[in-house]
Amino acid sequence: MNQPLPPAALNSLRSGPSDRGRFGEFGGRFVAETLMPIVLAVEQAYAEAKKDPQFQADLAWHLTHYVGRPSPLWFAERLTKRLGGAKVYFKRDELNHTGSHKANNCMGQILLARRMGKTRIIAETGAGQHGVATATMCALFGLPCTVYMGATDVERQAPNVFRMKLLGAEVKAVTSGAGTLKDAMNEAMRDWVANVEDTFYIIGTVAGPHPYPMMVRDFQSVIGEEAKVQMQAAEGRLPDVAVACIGGGSNAMGLFHPFLDDTSVRLIGVEAGGHGIETGQHAASLTGGRPGVLHGNRTYLLQDEDGQIIEAHSISAGLDYPGIGPEHSWLHDIGRVEYVSATDNEALDAFQLCTQTEGIIPALEPAHALAYVTKLAPTLDKDQIILMNLCGRGDKDIFTVAAHLGVKL
Amino acid sequence: MSRIAARFAALKADGRGGLIPFLEAWDPDGATSMALLRGMPAAGADLIEIGMPFTDPMADGPIIQAAARRGLIAGVKVRFILDMVREFRKDDQATPIILMGYLNPILSYGPQKFCEDAGQAGVDGMIIVDLPTEEADLMLPHATANGIDFIRLVAPTTDDVRLPHVLNGSSGFVYYVSITGITGTRSASSADLAAAIPRIRKVTDLPIAIGFGVRTPAQAAEASKVADAAVVASALIETMAAHLDEDGKAKPGTVELVLAQVRALADGVRGR
Ligand SMILES: Cc1ncc(COP(=O)(O)O)c(C=O)c1O
Repeated sequence: MNQPLPPAALNSLRSGPSDRGRFGEFGGRFVAETLMPIVLAVEQAYAEAKKDPQFQADLAWHLTHYVGRPSPLWFAERLTKRLGGAKVYFKRDELNHTGSHKANNCMGQILLARRMGKTRIIAETGAGQHGVATATMCALFGLPCTVYMGATDVERQAPNVFRMKLLGAEVKAVTSGAGTLKDAMNEAMRDWVANVEDTFYIIGTVAGPHPYPMMVRDFQSVIGEEAKVQMQAAEGRLPDVAVACIGGGSNAMGLFHPFLDDTSVRLIGVEAGGHGIETGQHAASLTGGRPGVLHGNRTYLLQDEDGQIIEAHSISAGLDYPGIGPEHSWLHDIGRVEYVSATDNEALDAFQLCTQTEGIIPALEPAHALAYVTKLAPTLDKDQIILMNLCGRGDKDIFTVAAHLGVKL
Repeated sequence: MSRIAARFAALKADGRGGLIPFLEAWDPDGATSMALLRGMPAAGADLIEIGMPFTDPMADGPIIQAAARRGLIAGVKVRFILDMVREFRKDDQATPIILMGYLNPILSYGPQKFCEDAGQAGVDGMIIVDLPTEEADLMLPHATANGIDFIRLVAPTTDDVRLPHVLNGSSGFVYYVSITGITGTRSASSADLAAAIPRIRKVTDLPIAIGFGVRTPAQAAEASKVADAAVVASALIETMAAHLDEDGKAKPGTVELVLAQVRALADGVRGR
């Protein structure tokens, strides 16, 4: 007889994915046979590590003493006054070592790679934040590291390219396609196919074949878990709204997942609207795409009527991706999370507002989340609370922003 | 008997292995790739593989990536590839055609409709690179219902425990990816092939084709002897790519050059 599921799991939105790595109809393992055995090996190794108190303790120790967790929860008082509505709190993951939430996931995956006895690390990167975080962990543990980065991104994120090189990583510029995150991921997959024996692929977002979307979400969920406790301490209750930007969706999944069953909390994901959804030049997969298969999973994608993938556009290299993690596609279809978009220009305005009112230079990625917050907050009552994931700092973006403001550095 | 089974039976009766040349649909344009397809049987192709261009061919190296891009720039659509096969079948009822591609364009077309239309057009088999056995239920029932062989890839990383699982529900032939890597990069050694093929034979009676890294007549001869057929792709596409003008159009004589190369490979598998 089948064991009945405990009621909590039955009613929970947090129990996914299925054994096949599905969130509803999304997710799965759509990779070439050459990769299938290693993908299954990662799945098994992660399942064991997840249950192993030793692994969890090791991860927690490194997050505390190396990454610098917990990150603070900050009441953005001047910004709140300026917007004239709901109280705005920032979850300050930009204060992590390496300057973004990417460190949470990289630490988890490199500990897993070591546990599996892998001796070489590869990664893809868009903004360069995941590449820097990966290169950092590789320096820490003395593992050789190759990072694939689109040629366009190499240009617009030059400081991060230099950082990776200083950290000892080899940065390979990818010229196929538009030379952005999608192309970097293709090339990283090609490297992995040729080097499965010794290589571990640290994927930087909640995409890729199962178990990656689940595993990366688990490693990032520390964001939402901490925020929940911190919000209780600060306000004695849950926030009314939680907002995060979405490239592949890892910082958003990390913030949202611990709140999925708290139905009083509105969850809002902000995609990159580029030049505007109506122009077709954007990176809003849920708003402007339809389901398909890319990079190992079934999810919403920007594609033409013949199933060819369309290049995304965003001012932010980290959001410039034509897909989105499969769990988001599911949360979109069941209506648990709302997905909206913010344009390049709205993000630039928010970038400056944050800098001037709070003294925090945000990355262009969370500036998209903030752009939506600036619209939402004034429509809410003063006793309502918005929690926003400030998932990265903007030092890497000052050249891009200067160029848009017509300033020569 | 299916065209694929009939062809492998005939090859066996002849006492030789087969040659499976590959062409990318609409590389560099519809007319050129149609002419190439038409000319392949007379040049000695025993079966033919047609690549379906995709924007993100994750298992392919630079040579096939570029071919796919040329096809897409020329305006290829999934339905035009089926049109090519329909056109080919007007004068050739015997040479098996296998489509090789990635899942998303097929998913977008509709898995059931794709298999129905492909079956009617005269497609005999399909290989979907990013559809492993674990996800095969998406296509398998439709392929079977329309008489299309669902050909599986086996890789050096597919161990003995996994092998029967991978081959479960496969038909036509088994495609052995002879290297751990992408297309157009390395070639497997004779020793690797000599060890790998018997390992697969233990698990299946289906014919085995070797692909990835087969470039020369000598390599094709060896692969078709160790296994039952050899697939040659990147080497042929390289010839095509070397004879395009600045606008990416085929220069006069390009098709003939590629067909001459097919003929040399065919001589190889015939031991001439
Ligand atoms: C600071 C920052 N935020 C967000 C992202 C987007 O990724 P994700 O949606 O997975 O959080 C990136 C990616 O590079 C990033 O660097």
